[in-house]
Amino acid sequence: MNPDAADGAPVVLAARRIAKSFNGVQVLFSVNFELRAGEIHALMGENGAGKSTLVKILSGFEQPTSGEILLDGQPVKLPPNGQAEQLGIVIIHQEFNLAEHLTVTESLFLGREVTRYGVLDRKFMRAETRRVLDQLGSHVDENALISSLSIADKQMVEIAKAISRDARIIFMDEPTAVLSREETSYLFRQVRKLREEGTSFVFVSHKLDEVMELTDRVTVLRDGQWVKTAPTAILDGESIAQLMVGRELSSLYPSKQEPSVDEEVTLAVAGLSTHYVKDASFEVRKGEILGFSGLIGSGRSELMEAVAGLRPRLSGEVSVRGESVPGGDVHAANRVGIAYMTKDRKHKGLLLNSRMTANLTLQSLEKHGHYGYLSPKSEAEALERARRRFDIRVRDGRVVAGRMSGGNQQKLLLAKVMETEPDVIIIDEPTRGIDVGTKQQIYHFISALARDGKSIIVVSSEMPEIIGLCTRVAVMREGRIVGILEGEEISEQEIMRYSAGLKKKAAA
Amino acid sequence: MTASEDAVETKGKGRSWRDVDLRAVAPFAALALLLVVGALVNPNFIGFTNLANVATRSAFIAIIAVGATFVISSGDLDLSVGAMVAFVASLMILFMNSGAIADPSLMLTAAMVLTVVIGAGCGLLNGLITTVGKIEPFIATLGTMGIYRGLTTWLSQGGAITLREPELQALYRPVYFGSIFGVPVPIAVILVVTAIAAFVLYRMRYGRHVVAVGSNRDVARYSGIPVDRVRTIAFVIQGLCVAIAVLLYVPRLGSTSATTGILWELQAITAVVVGGTALKGGAGRVWGTICGAFILELVGNIMLLSNFISEYLIGAIQGAIIIIAMLVQRSLVRKS
Repeated sequence: MNPDAADGAPVVLAARRIAKSFNGVQVLFSVNFELRAGEIHALMGENGAGKSTLVKILSGFEQPTSGEILLDGQPVKLPPNGQAEQLGIVIIHQEFNLAEHLTVTESLFLGREVTRYGVLDRKFMRAETRRVLDQLGSHVDENALISSLSIADKQMVEIAKAISRDARIIFMDEPTAVLSREETSYLFRQVRKLREEGTSFVFVSHKLDEVMELTDRVTVLRDGQWVKTAPTAILDGESIAQLMVGRELSSLYPSKQEPSVDEEVTLAVAGLSTHYVKDASFEVRKGEILGFSGLIGSGRSELMEAVAGLRPRLSGEVSVRGESVPGGDVHAANRVGIAYMTKDRKHKGLLLNSRMTANLTLQSLEKHGHYGYLSPKSEAEALERARRRFDIRVRDGRVVAGRMSGGNQQKLLLAKVMETEPDVIIIDEPTRGIDVGTKQQIYHFISALARDGKSIIVVSSEMPEIIGLCTRVAVMREGRIVGILEGEEISEQEIMRYSAGLKKKAAA
Repeated sequence: MTASEDAVETKGKGRSWRDVDLRAVAPFAALALLLVVGALVNPNFIGFTNLANVATRSAFIAIIAVGATFVISSGDLDLSVGAMVAFVASLMILFMNSGAIADPSLMLTAAMVLTVVIGAGCGLLNGLITTVGKIEPFIATLGTMGIYRGLTTWLSQGGAITLREPELQALYRPVYFGSIFGVPVPIAVILVVTAIAAFVLYRMRYGRHVVAVGSNRDVARYSGIPVDRVRTIAFVIQGLCVAIAVLLYVPRLGSTSATTGILWELQAITAVVVGGTALKGGAGRVWGTICGAFILELVGNIMLLSNFISEYLIGAIQGAIIIIAMLVQRSLVRKS
């Protein structure tokens, strides 16, 4: 940490009372943000707190609805589509923007190739690339193909690219999400080195320990609002976690019903591993709602897809009421009563160009006729039932799914999954991108299903949802279940501690 | 839910006209327009004899294109159909020439069954290479196109394979030249094949699976649909349709050569696309396909009957049609 050097340093980039709304939904409310020369500034907040939106606005990819941006104290309107690079503002995305088939040198000079007499001056470009890489202390070969590099080295090339374009302000969005421990510390050394030379960094991360280790100041956003900016030195992981959450639960949620301990275990998963998930074990009882929390990329969806047969398992057992379920077979999982409701309703859940009926019955066509024939009447009745049961509100029953509102799409998806008459329902992000009224409805549907004796797993990145719905909560981090919380333990702070790696206990 | 949500969905209220899918209607409108143009060009054009002739001649492409509708709806493509016609037809004639079965009608029945089996087998091969071998259908069927064409050339030793037995010829002839209740057999076959295909595609579980796999493979997979099996079966259906086309083709000329069925794959794909099926998969329109095949044949017919354009330009005109059809399709999508 280097608070003194940054203190009193001139502010290079500032946001004043920035607000932003998308289609009438406000995601940022009058946010202030200041970045000083030569500081590493952490931007923190829960999923959906508005971090990415703020980063996009400060790098010109989005324009604010109101408020102003100051560059070196002067109000500016940042040019769109990455042209802010010319002002020295560079954003390094989580997924790199590198063409795999180019060499390091070609990547560095992409779009601004140096020519002599109209011919590429490769010698000069190679030398220049070497100079920048040396300056970073990186040993990457300037002639290597991007595809041959490790992820950390690719990140280094991105940074070299930024520097070679005279970047003064570098935004890094979750740069360590895909890096190993060693790669991370290597990256941090380079970042510190650049800071000494006056480059400013905005570091977006969920990992509290890394924020504590690397950054000079922290700004916390919550629900699109600025909460606090403070020197990292006076904060600790606990207090940042407090700042990030700390909101009351409203009466959005139905009252919880705890299943009795002697209730039958419906789903049992033992020692399940995939390429990312390691040794996951858990059980769900009849009538129980088990929550799965953790950061994005902690392996929750991958685990659930493996349970539901959508992904091959490397090892481990899945059984429903004692009956073992073969791995990698969706149909078999469906047959024993496991249903998985994807979080990606637009790409994996619904056929957007098809009508409601085709979507509703897609997973359960056997029910609607014999010998492969489909009875339109039976399907129409199913749609009528589903519309009433899940309150799908459309004027015209023949509308295609892609034209329905997010809330109705989500209800349709839930109805589609329920058509398979499952006993174990895995719901991944039950309320992503839908309005608060529909959210409440969906919570009540989930609760009613549990009261009917279904076993439900709710995977969610929205902590209030997990806390409001679930009687037990498993927390995942880096592919492992790091804790299963019950009763009083279920609180945002506690879950945050587990998911950020501050606390750990053996999986039950 | 909220007032705003209801407001969004009120749009769908006027259902009568808004609901008509312009893409489904467009090919039939184009067909009607062509008929009018044809009638203006030459009064003989609109006569029953001429139109029945056109329809009969469109039979091969139409039937193959029905199969192609399945393959394309499921998101794949089969370039090998033209070569497959030549290959399957050659084998059929060679079998009939072999004299393995003495009784002519028994021989003909056996040959027809064999043709259907070989056609399905060729389709299955395409399907397995694409799904099990995980090779892009474009490349996989480009490869089998070369194989089927090459085998035909080898079988015919560069010349022609001709049905020798006059008795068989006489027995087989009505399958192309005959008629049932005044309807030429090829037209009847088109109607039956299309009706069955439409039933499968619109009324059966498999058809729903085809559309789901073609519009979004992930959604299909997440819904527990065996994606690879659905795709493979579509290729088999294509092979069956090729076999049926061969059954009509052999009695017509009684002969095949290395150039039989050349460029038919392009005509079949054109018919499918002109008929309103999306080339990227997900929306199959069997009747539109038939309409598309008919349009292609009609354009050629009008050019023959008129004196404005040289009939040597037929290929160019058909090429232009596919481009225009795509442009029209896209503009209709934007509007809706």
